[in-house]
Amino acid sequence: MQRIGVFICWCGSNIAATVDVERVSEAIKSEPGVVFSANYQYMCSENGQQLLRNAIKEYHLTGVVVGSCSPRMHEATFRKAAEAEGLNPYMVEIANIREHCSWIHKDREEATEKAIILVRTAIAKVKLNAPLTAGESPVTKRALVIGGGIAGIQAALDIAEAGFEVDIVEKNPTIGGRMAQLDKTFPTLDCAACILTPKMVDCAQSDKIDILTYSEVEDVKGFVGNFKVKIRRKARFVDETKCTGCKICMDNCPSKKGLNEFNMNLNNRPAIYIPFAQAIPNVAVIDPEQCLKLKSGKCGLCQKKCGVGAIDYTMTDKIIEREYGAIVVATGFRPINIDKFNEYGYSENKDVITSLELERLMNAAGPTNGVLLRPSDNTHPKVITFIQCVGSRDLTDCGKPYCSKICCMYTAKHAMLIREKYPDTEVHVFYIDVRCPGKNYDEFYRRACEQYGVDYIKGMVGKVYNQNGKLMVQGSNLIENEQVTIPSDLVVLATAIEPEPSVRKIATLLTASIDTNNFLTEAHPKLKPVESPTAGVYLAGVCQGPKDIPETVSQASACAAKVIGLLVKDSLKTNPCVAQSDESMCNGCSQCANVCAYGAITYIDKEFRLGGGKTETRRVAYVNPAVCQGCGACTVTCPSGAMDLKGFASKQIMSEVEEICRK
Amino acid sequence: MQEVTEQKKEYVPTIVAFCCNWCSYAGADLAGSSRLTYPANVKIIRVPCSCRVNPMFVLKAFQRGADGVILCGCHPGDCHYVTGNYYTRRRMSLLFSFLNYMGIEKERTRVEWVSAAEGAKFSAVMNDFAKKINELGENKRLQDLRVKEERDE
Repeated sequence: MQRIGVFICWCGSNIAATVDVERVSEAIKSEPGVVFSANYQYMCSENGQQLLRNAIKEYHLTGVVVGSCSPRMHEATFRKAAEAEGLNPYMVEIANIREHCSWIHKDREEATEKAIILVRTAIAKVKLNAPLTAGESPVTKRALVIGGGIAGIQAALDIAEAGFEVDIVEKNPTIGGRMAQLDKTFPTLDCAACILTPKMVDCAQSDKIDILTYSEVEDVKGFVGNFKVKIRRKARFVDETKCTGCKICMDNCPSKKGLNEFNMNLNNRPAIYIPFAQAIPNVAVIDPEQCLKLKSGKCGLCQKKCGVGAIDYTMTDKIIEREYGAIVVATGFRPINIDKFNEYGYSENKDVITSLELERLMNAAGPTNGVLLRPSDNTHPKVITFIQCVGSRDLTDCGKPYCSKICCMYTAKHAMLIREKYPDTEVHVFYIDVRCPGKNYDEFYRRACEQYGVDYIKGMVGKVYNQNGKLMVQGSNLIENEQVTIPSDLVVLATAIEPEPSVRKIATLLTASIDTNNFLTEAHPKLKPVESPTAGVYLAGVCQGPKDIPETVSQASACAAKVIGLLVKDSLKTNPCVAQSDESMCNGCSQCANVCAYGAITYIDKEFRLGGGKTETRRVAYVNPAVCQGCGACTVTCPSGAMDLKGFASKQIMSEVEEICRK
Repeated sequence: MQEVTEQKKEYVPTIVAFCCNWCSYAGADLAGSSRLTYPANVKIIRVPCSCRVNPMFVLKAFQRGADGVILCGCHPGDCHYVTGNYYTRRRMSLLFSFLNYMGIEKERTRVEWVSAAEGAKFSAVMNDFAKKINELGENKRLQDLRVKEERDE
């Protein structure tokens, strides 16, 4: 015989103001199976939980229904309390009478009636609940970091510091990411390389970190604690273990037409190259699109010149498979394509450049060795105009609706650096709003205006056109309420940033959700900002949303803390609400396996006794409880009704339907 | 209560809403915490994913006297279980296309995508659906007469 206890929470006045809790308790008392019914001001409080525990003990309850807030809020709390008293935690059901009742209805009568029905529905369900036990799955004590920019580097270093092994998978030939391309960083103006490259070296020297550059994640199987990942190691054509980074091959390569991606295609590089001087690993790579030997079979100069015999033209992509307990996604960003913005004439005029291109032009290791020369004629620009919000906060198809967050600050930085290095240069900035929240950020921007004499103009630019070699920037000055045209030598566009497009594929592999702008979604915007909704997957850096370097580093360290918290555990509790097949009904038709997104269903041959000493061997479905996520797609597909979902069984849902329809 | 029944109260339809745990149930919670009202005759059943809803549950609801059944899930492409809501979409469009033959107005059923952030949409959808069901009135065709007798007693 079932012995159900029902507890109605007032939630202060949140529920009690619209629902007559006394009447609900009273009405429920007569329900078959209910042996205890009470109400209390705050069920989730220490005293409320004690009330529940005492009732379980005193009345030997077999099931508990709590009429309270959403189960998403306190289901775990009440399950824990029940478990402490020896009742199986899955014998607890919540009737959501706050979010789904008291908060949305104003009429007390109506709300009370509804609350009674909701509680009765939960009772009907709990009567069919079965005790469930969470399984255990072991944790592989190794983490994977996807992306080797500052976010990935920081996360890997912190995880390694705690003593766990980490692999960094980076699709480019070197780690370092976008930060390696930057010249100086705001708001302190220290050089990016000076603060980044020591961290890159730390990664290379750590015996816990394995850096897999020029590699991509190919396939992910498994679940939290037990991911099996296939990684494609793209053919580098250079043996990483032999190459010393001497660059003799680069000097001798006859094919020098390849665009230098690291310098934003502003100059060229040989077909065999090391992306930049401080690259980690400091190992050359051959661009198969440019290499004469690989394209036509004629050349082979680098192989002849290489003193250590590191060049191998026969190298092919290799797939390696590794196991991880946790995954950090840190795939970063790229500037959006601005070819569609005809008004700025980016594709027609060489001297209209993006901020990241300017970053390379000002960098001492860049194509101009740090001397600011405009790309068209290598002369020194005298008038430079910056245009902010190019593609950011833009509701047209060309742009992005969000604020890219970093542009106001880096534009102030660029303007300041130019004025400092070349005081004879005139600098104008067109802006919509200047947004500089952050420690020492607003002070930084004010310094640009007040001390460095940068001319900030509030208004948008309508058109940039070339007139006798001058770039005419036509815009509005909203403060003066006039149209202005500024003849400039160089125009810099503060281009919006977007997630690196490869993140879509990675999100699909990880079943991590992604928003309409391709940013990965966090599990909770405030309280779980570094976790992905997929257990065991964590997010660091711009792949989750626009952010600057200090924020990225903070988030990466937060990720590392979460990963360490996971990896120190020897085993994890698994969700017991998984599918289960009734072998006596299953006919092995395979339909359930076809709809399973997780590959949790396999088939086994099982012997059945037919009676009279006869047996029969049949093929039946078997659900791996550690892999099943409990969506229930298979339960509906199963034509024989053999498949059911624990915790959400067909009978339970049917009884809920019946109870709601009972009038 | 007795005098109310004697006054022949206006018919209040019963509406069953299946909501997936990750998006729509959370969307309904958000509607609640934002105090966005919708009619009290909408009662929600929590399922892990909209794909857990067997067409049988929908028919069962009608048989038991429900006047409208609505399924809510994550937006296509956003399913917590990757592809679950695509199955829902197919299964339900197939089921709904048969309903007219069974004597049930197709308009008594609906599939809607409501994300965890769309509290306002949840409330708007429920208001609209409840209005439609009010217009259609009582589901008399598929209702099990025994159930009706029990109720009228």
